[in-house]
Amino acid sequence: MNDMTRVERAVDSQDIKINAKNVQVFYGETHAIKDVNVDIEDKTVTAFIGPSGCGKSTFLRCLNRMNDTIDICKVKGDILLDGEDIYDKRVDPVQLRAKVGMVFQKPNPFPKSIYDNVAYGPRIHGLAKNKAELDEIVEKSLRRGAIWDEVKDRLDAPGTGLSGGQQQRLCIARAVATEPEVLLMDEPCSALDPIATAQVEELIDELRARYSVVIVTHSMQQAARVSQKTAFFHLGNLVEFGETGQIFTNPEDPRTESYITGRIG
Amino acid sequence: MTDASMQSPETGRHAASLTATDARTIKRAKAEKRFRTYGIVAIATGLFFLVVLFASILSQGIPAFQRTVVSVDFTLTEQQREEAESTLFKTKAYSDLFIAALNKELTERGVEVDFDDAAIERLLGKVGGTIRTFYAENPDQLGQPIEFDLAASSRVDGYFKGRVSRDTLQDSRFLQLSDLDLVDALKEAGIIKQGFNWPFITGADSGVDNPGGAGIGASVVGSFFMMMVVLVLSLPIGVAASIYLEEFAPQNKFTDLIEVNISNLAAVPSIVFGILGLAVFIQFMHLPQSAPLVGGLVLTLMTLPTIIISTRASLKAVPPSIRDAALGVGASKMQAVFHHVLPLAAPGILTGTIIGLAQALGETAPLLLIGMVGFVARGYPDGFLAGFTEPNSAMPAQIYTWAARADVGFYEKAWGGIIILLMFLLTMNIIAIILRRRFERRW
Ligand SMILES: Nc1ncnc2c1ncn2[C@@H]1O[C@H](COP(=O)(O)OP(=O)(O)OP(=O)(O)O)[C@@H](O)[C@H]1O
Ligand SMILES: [Mg+2]
Repeated sequence: MNDMTRVERAVDSQDIKINAKNVQVFYGETHAIKDVNVDIEDKTVTAFIGPSGCGKSTFLRCLNRMNDTIDICKVKGDILLDGEDIYDKRVDPVQLRAKVGMVFQKPNPFPKSIYDNVAYGPRIHGLAKNKAELDEIVEKSLRRGAIWDEVKDRLDAPGTGLSGGQQQRLCIARAVATEPEVLLMDEPCSALDPIATAQVEELIDELRARYSVVIVTHSMQQAARVSQKTAFFHLGNLVEFGETGQIFTNPEDPRTESYITGRIG
Repeated sequence: MTDASMQSPETGRHAASLTATDARTIKRAKAEKRFRTYGIVAIATGLFFLVVLFASILSQGIPAFQRTVVSVDFTLTEQQREEAESTLFKTKAYSDLFIAALNKELTERGVEVDFDDAAIERLLGKVGGTIRTFYAENPDQLGQPIEFDLAASSRVDGYFKGRVSRDTLQDSRFLQLSDLDLVDALKEAGIIKQGFNWPFITGADSGVDNPGGAGIGASVVGSFFMMMVVLVLSLPIGVAASIYLEEFAPQNKFTDLIEVNISNLAAVPSIVFGILGLAVFIQFMHLPQSAPLVGGLVLTLMTLPTIIISTRASLKAVPPSIRDAALGVGASKMQAVFHHVLPLAAPGILTGTIIGLAQALGETAPLLLIGMVGFVARGYPDGFLAGFTEPNSAMPAQIYTWAARADVGFYEKAWGGIIILLMFLLTMNIIAIILRRRFERRW
């Protein structure tokens, strides 16, 4: 808990990147998210914590409209990205997702080569003018995903042939390759060993210089280490949202306190 | 979670030694053994019937690939032809010329048998007509010596294949006991020969009285053109429909209705499609009767549900996480489908398509209704486009027609046709397996 102070000091920008107002999410009859208001700041790491099934992933998926792919999912309320409503009829979710990237809870590399996994996003968005530039993007992204050293000799090997943790880092590399403004990470480290976890956390810290990062995690230590803001979800409600140091040392709500001390969950 | 530790561990139950199997384990092991036995018995039964099926098809069908020919050196001069053409019974005149040539050949080889015109007709059918047609079509052969290979009648053919024997033969207008002496003598002299029945593979259907001349070639061509129509129409339509339904269509009452209807269409008897084709394509749209084009259209209707169902199943089998991954990096829905989902589903789609085509290839009933019956396949089409519109038959319809004819010679042809049809189906299935192997990928 020592480095929490370091993290606190590092908060520099107060610009609001994403502003969510009265968000409600329904899966058919299930009310998964109940009236959530949250401001996600630019150049900040925001952690979502909470017991399993409380709606962290659901809320995260609202932020880049991945929930559109689930037929029964209905989202109400407003979510503004840089002041623009992302659920506006005129917004093309494809454009939105290029700005708001995502790393999923389960590693899901494409059944293609490692190179193609990372190069796919830049290719469809036309980020590279030629092969050399693309190679550069791929290498840079794999380095940022903390996996370059492991795969640099076998970029043509299938991404699905990697270990679970390597696959997850490949997915992180794939997500950063498109240079998103916001990166949503759903438990990115749940399949990683401590060394890879440390590397990913380092990456998150580095990404914070330019982007806004939202990370879902079940590890209190991780939330404390990497985030400046923490949101605690419980049964679809946003129970508490504030400075990470504040939440972990002096939570206002008794439910938050019992969760971080390990009594619910 | 926390109170799991509070439960007292069941003592005693696991106390016994691991090497001593307890009663429950023995019972389970027995049940498993019994189940395995059922499985093996089921597979053995299936294999047994398969072997019986193949053995009977092969034993009945292989003789169709062998034929008996009477081969005679024959020369017809211009003058002989004119004389023959000027008589009243022209074919009779040709027949006489042929008999003369045969007699000459027999005396040359030192064989002595007596025979009359009627016997020749029983052995060879209407020889005169065959020869006359030949010279009418190939006038340049006049005056040249040619070796005529004339197919022997089905009964003579049957005599060599064991279908007809001296003991059971009853004199009839088709064959008499005395003819067999002639046949034996000709065989001795090397005039009657047996060989591979190329005309069966390359030829077209013949008249009901001439099983020896019947071939399956023309109907193979008919089947080919039909399958082209089916492939070109059903693959793109089927795949496009499935992609739309599976990936893009909203889930509502209307799409549910479409789904139910597609599943039901797959179970509609083929003859219903046949009568539909007759009513719509021929009677209403006035497309040519008996044309492979119409057959292909009807079979497309039949094949579409199969292709759609298998394509949707293989699209469904692609894990949704792949779609999420593509959408997550900012691909459009269409890019996600075409770059990631479709390549993964391709082996399944191809297999489904080939199985659908194989089904269509073996379909008979609808073809009979639109007039693609066997006897229509009297020759090859005049060109590629004509292949679609000229009346023709298809393999299964041809086989059906042969099987329905009275002459036992045709029965044999039907079995031979089945062998050819099965070879095509086998080839298609092997292609399906190879494609699946080639495109199969892990994820
Ligand atoms: N596709 C879906 N269809 C129906 N209900 C869903 C769906 N996805 C999630 N839910 C429900 O929404 C609620 C929140 O789920 P969510 O996945 O957001 O939880 P979570 O906080 O991410 O949990 P975990 O920490 O285990 O990942 C759960 O009750 C879940 O059953
Ligand atoms: Mg989750």
